[in-house]
Amino acid sequence: MIEFKLPSLGSDMDQGKLLEWKVKPGDTVKRGDVVAVVDTSKAAVDVEIWQEGTVQELIVAPGATVPVGTVLATLLAPGESMDFGTTQAVSATISSVAAPALVARRRISPAARKRAEELAIDVDTVTGTGPDDAVTLQDVEQAAAAQAQPQDRQAEMRKAIAAAMSRSKREIPHYYLAQTIPLEGATAWLRDENSRRPVTGRLLMAVLFLKAVALACCRFPEMNGVFRDGRFEASGAVHAGVAISLRQGGLIAPAIHDVSSKSLEELMRDLTDLVQRVRAGSLRSSEMSDPTITVTNLGDQGADTVFGVIYPPQVALVGFGCVRDQPWAEQGMLRALPVVNVSLAADHRVSDGHRGALFLAEIRELLQYPEKL
Amino acid sequence: MYEEEIRAAVLATLKTIAPELQASEIQTDRPLRNQIDLDSMDWLNFLIGLHQRLKVDIPESDYGKLGTFDGIVSYLAGKLG
Repeated sequence: MIEFKLPSLGSDMDQGKLLEWKVKPGDTVKRGDVVAVVDTSKAAVDVEIWQEGTVQELIVAPGATVPVGTVLATLLAPGESMDFGTTQAVSATISSVAAPALVARRRISPAARKRAEELAIDVDTVTGTGPDDAVTLQDVEQAAAAQAQPQDRQAEMRKAIAAAMSRSKREIPHYYLAQTIPLEGATAWLRDENSRRPVTGRLLMAVLFLKAVALACCRFPEMNGVFRDGRFEASGAVHAGVAISLRQGGLIAPAIHDVSSKSLEELMRDLTDLVQRVRAGSLRSSEMSDPTITVTNLGDQGADTVFGVIYPPQVALVGFGCVRDQPWAEQGMLRALPVVNVSLAADHRVSDGHRGALFLAEIRELLQYPEKL
Repeated sequence: MYEEEIRAAVLATLKTIAPELQASEIQTDRPLRNQIDLDSMDWLNFLIGLHQRLKVDIPESDYGKLGTFDGIVSYLAGKLG
């Protein structure tokens, strides 16, 4: 039997609220299927499963808040048959840990159902207080009111960010480096490319930055991975956490996977899709839990330089300030050029300033040949 | 297309990116992007939205004419004229 547990969706999460099941008992699932939607303090996240099987029992009901690691459902592995004895035992243990409500068929009054439709409330997420836990009109209206409390959500998110950043500052001996990168070639190349592309196919400088960081990570594996249980584990693939700020305040840094092996077009598509899903609140669990390095880009309205705080358990953050024109001396000549300040915050337990400087120099070199990115 | 319709279309497109935006909050003759905090991705999505809504393709070389809300409206009025 397979136990499907609530995964940690980032180091700032210790519990989650189950919003919705995407599967029911008897459904077969395969690796990567979305089986549930869980609300962290930051976002509603589509939780994927990484094993194959048939859903046996949904243990936790929508609406329940449970700690990371709680068994949410049990599944039968391929070839396994029903064994009720085991299931009962498991759900009993779990109930004593987290006391989640058991799943039951939703009862709902016709008035409540109508109101839920009007308010765009998913009735499966509403806790019923009527007879036999039926969902009443009042329950629906309370659920709607709860959804419309951005203040609480912001306070929760601020707390989650503070927890992760405090842990970072407490545990990670940061060092910081910065360098100015000339972008004359990259801006000209981008302008030329974009003049030939329709508005729907245009590239942003941000994807050149992402790709350059990822390629540099391949040569400097000590920047790319996680620090766990007292040791560094380098990651083969580069999953870049992209810091995306939310309009209502706060930020999320979900991952774009395998950045070093994707084309600029693919990265642009992934980035656009990710930003839209962050704002719409539909992120996948793998994006939240497995970035191997963070890239933050203040964009063209931002400040000149980032002094990053590493997102644990990662060991490095690369920050780009805004691209701006600046006097530039080269071969005895002074000219005005577009430049960007790139900074590195990295973990002294894993690397040192000498390697960090070479890493930044590699990013600079890669950005001089945008056509090869 | 009348200018009022273009104004409404621009505002509606902006609201898909900044849902909290109120028309009365926009100073239409002041720089738009930092007024309502549009990053480069928001800006590109705004232009894609205008493209889909009004069937205009806006080249990057024209971005300089799109600094204010009024500027965007008169640019589009010229294009759609």
